[in-house]
Amino acid sequence: MLRGRRRMECTLDAQSLISISLRKIHSSRTQRGGIKLHKNLLVSYVLRNARQLYLSERYAELYRRQQHYPDGAALLAGPAACPPPAAAPPELLPLPADAPDREARSCAAARGGAELLEGPVCAAPPELQRAPCRDSSPAFYRGAGPGGGGAAPGLLYAAGCDFAGGGAPHCSSRTTVLDLDTHVVTTVENGYLHQDCCSQCPCCCQPAPAPASPPPAPGAKRKYYPGQEEEEGVEEGEPGGGGVAGGPPFAPCTKRARFEEYSAEHPQDSSNISNLISIFGSGFTGLVSRQQADSEQPLNGQLCSKQALASLGAWTRAIVAF
Amino acid sequence: MQKKWVVFFCVFWWQGSNDSLPSAEAVMFLKFSLRSVFYGAGGGNDIQWCFSQVKGAVDDDVAEADIISTVEFNHSGELLATGDKGGRVVIFQQEQENKTQSHSRGEYNVYSTFQSHEPEFDYLKSLEIEEKINKIRWLPQKNAAQFLLSTNDKTIKLWKISERDKRPEGYNLKEEDGRYRDPTTVTTLRVPVFRPMDLMVEASPRRIFANAHTYHINSISINSDYETYLSADDLRINLWHLEITDRSFNIVDIKPANMEELTEVITAAEFHPNSCNTFVYSSSKGTIRLCDMRASALCDRHSKLFEEPEDPSNRSFFSEIISSISDVKFSHSGRYMMTRDYLSVKIWDLNMENRPVETYQVHEYLRSKLCSLYENDCIFDKFECCWNGSDSIVMTGSYNNFFRMFDRNTKRDITLEASRENNKPRTVLKPRKVCASGKRKKDEISVDSLDFNKKILHTAWHPKENIIAVATTNNLYIFQDKMN
Repeated sequence: MLRGRRRMECTLDAQSLISISLRKIHSSRTQRGGIKLHKNLLVSYVLRNARQLYLSERYAELYRRQQHYPDGAALLAGPAACPPPAAAPPELLPLPADAPDREARSCAAARGGAELLEGPVCAAPPELQRAPCRDSSPAFYRGAGPGGGGAAPGLLYAAGCDFAGGGAPHCSSRTTVLDLDTHVVTTVENGYLHQDCCSQCPCCCQPAPAPASPPPAPGAKRKYYPGQEEEEGVEEGEPGGGGVAGGPPFAPCTKRARFEEYSAEHPQDSSNISNLISIFGSGFTGLVSRQQADSEQPLNGQLCSKQALASLGAWTRAIVAF
Repeated sequence: MQKKWVVFFCVFWWQGSNDSLPSAEAVMFLKFSLRSVFYGAGGGNDIQWCFSQVKGAVDDDVAEADIISTVEFNHSGELLATGDKGGRVVIFQQEQENKTQSHSRGEYNVYSTFQSHEPEFDYLKSLEIEEKINKIRWLPQKNAAQFLLSTNDKTIKLWKISERDKRPEGYNLKEEDGRYRDPTTVTTLRVPVFRPMDLMVEASPRRIFANAHTYHINSISINSDYETYLSADDLRINLWHLEITDRSFNIVDIKPANMEELTEVITAAEFHPNSCNTFVYSSSKGTIRLCDMRASALCDRHSKLFEEPEDPSNRSFFSEIISSISDVKFSHSGRYMMTRDYLSVKIWDLNMENRPVETYQVHEYLRSKLCSLYENDCIFDKFECCWNGSDSIVMTGSYNNFFRMFDRNTKRDITLEASRENNKPRTVLKPRKVCASGKRKKDEISVDSLDFNKKILHTAWHPKENIIAVATTNNLYIFQDKMN
C-alpha cells in the first residue's frame, strides 16, 4: 500500500513522521479550546500509516537476517551484541496490522491475549542462559501469525535477542507481554512460558509450549492502571471519564492499539531520541535508565517486567491521554 | 447580440475565401463568439470580476481576534455577516442602488457590530471554550427585524437585529435627557410623539441554546420549515426548535461504545433546502450520509451513503487526511450537493451514490507537498465552498490568497487573487496561474513561492447577483462582475 506512494518532496521517513505526529498530539493538549478530536484522529491515521511502513521494513529486515542465520542463532531486533548501557531503548517489532479489530480480537483471543503490549527486551539473566540454543524464530513467527495481513493490529510483539556477556551466539530470546484486559504480565522465554507473579520468584519456569496465554493466577495479578492521574483535556463528556483506577483504559480519541508501541530508534538517531525524550519526559528517561539497571543488576524476569511496565505505563499514558 | 453574429459571419467568410483551414486563432475566436451567443454574458468565465471593496485592517500584523472565521449572505443578499475569532459579528448592508451610478451595484457598509460570544471556562474539564464564531446562518426575514444564528464550539445564539429610527419625544414627566421632572412644575399635558432620529441598529440575543454538545460544534443548518434547525459536533447531531432552548433532540450519534474504536467524525451537516425531513452529514473518511428523519427518531442508519472508492495509485501517508470532507453544501435546487476535501471539489447527484458526477481539482500541485503541509499544519485547513445563485458555478478558496471558480457548464475554471494591489474599483481581476513544475512561464507563480499563511477558507456568493465575498485572514474582499 505504501510502497506505491508518490515521492514526498520533503523526505520524511517513517520515524520522523511518527515523532512529528506525536509532537502534534502532545501540543494539542495545551491548545486553547481543548483537544480537537477531528485533528487528533487524522494525526493518528498518519501515525498508523507510518507505523505500518516502519513495521514492514523491520519485518523485512528481520526476515533477511533470519535467512542469513538459518540456525536461528541471532534473531536480532537491532544491532548485534549487548546494547550499550546508555543505548537507545530496545527495538520493538510491532507487527503489520491490517486486519480489522474484530478479527484481530478473535484471533488474538485464540492466543489468549486480547491486546498485548510488548515490553522491551531484557538482557538475559544468568540463570536463563542455560536455555538451549534454540531457534527463537518460532517465538517470533508465532506472534507473527499467518502472514502480516492476518495479524492482529493490537498485537505487539517484541522479539529480541541479547547476547550474554560471553558473546557466544546465544538465543535467549525473551519477550514480556502485558495483557491489557487481564493486566497480567507475562514473560515468554524461548517458547517457554513464565507466569509473572508478584510474590513468586520468576525463576519458576513452567515450560509450556504455548506462547503468552496467561490464565489469571488468583491474587497474583499485577494490576496496571492506566492513567490514574487526571489527564488534561480528556475529551470525554461524561464526568469522571478519565483516569479511573481499574476502569477501562480511556482513550477518548483513538484506538489505544495504535499507540501501543513507540518508535524505537536506532542508537544513531539521537536527535529523534532527544525529541521523544523531551516530549515524554520521565517516562522515556525511565526507559533509558532501565537499560542501565539491567546491565548492573542480576536480572530476573520480575524486575524486568516491572520496570518495563513502569516505563511503558508512562509511554502509554502520555500517548493515550491526549 | 447582433454584433456578435456579424463578427461570426465575417470570420467565417474570411476564412472561406482564403481557401484554407481555419487557423487556431480563428477557431478560438469562433468559439468565443459562439459561447457568448449561446450562454450570454453571464456564463462562466465570461464574467469579468472586478474589485469592489475591501474591509479590515491594512497592516500585515494580524491580531488573532480579527481573523475572519465565517462569511454569510442573508437570503436577499442585502446583508453580509462575518464572524471572527474574537467572537464578534459584523454585518454589512448593501446601499440602495443609486440611479446615477448605474455602473455598479450598491456598496456594502457596516450595519451592525456586536460581541456574539465570549470566552468561557468549563470548570469540570478544565477547558477553555473559544469564543471564535464557527458558523453564522441567517433566518429568512419575517418582519422588520433580522434574525441570525451564530455559534461557537459549544453554544448557539439567536440574535435579533432591529433598526430604530424613531424615538418618542414629549413626555410629561421626563425631560428629554431622561431626568424626571418635578410634578409640581407640570402645568399642561401633551401627548408624546415619535420623531425621527439617527438610525440605530440594535442586536439583542433572543435565545441561547447551550449545554447540548460535548464536542466542538462544526455546523448549524436551518430547516426549510423555518422552525427547527440542526447543530452538529464531531460525534452527534442535535435538532432544535427555534423557540425552545432547554431541550434538543439527538438525531445522529456516531460515538462508539468504546472510544478506542473511533474511526471517523462528523465534519459538516446541512438540511436539504426543500425537504424538511432530509439532511446530510459528511465525515472525516470522505463519505456523506443522507438521512430521513421520518425513518426513525435516531437517524444513525443512513438512507443513502455517498462514497467514491479511493484511487489506490494515490495512496500515501496522508490519504486519510486529504479525503476528509471539510464542507458540504446543497445546491439551491436541492438536486445536487457539493463537497470539499483538501484537494478537490466534488459535485454529487443525490440520485447517485457510488461516485460524484463532477470533480474539480482545486490545487492538485499540492499533492506532492503533503509532507511539508503536514508539518506546518496546513493540511488540516478546512476550506469551504459555495454555489452561485443559479447553481452553474462553484467557488472555493486556496492558498496565496487565491480563490477558484469552476463553471459547470463550460467546464472552465479560473483562479483569482484577493489582494490589495488591485485596489481600484472596477479593476478587472487578472486570472492567475500556478506553475506546477517545469519551466515557469511569465506571470505564473511557482508552487514553492506560494504563501501558505495567506489562505482563503471562507467565501460566499450573493444569492441573486454576481457579487462575491471572499475572506482572507483578516480582510473581507467584495468583488462584482463588470456591468456593461
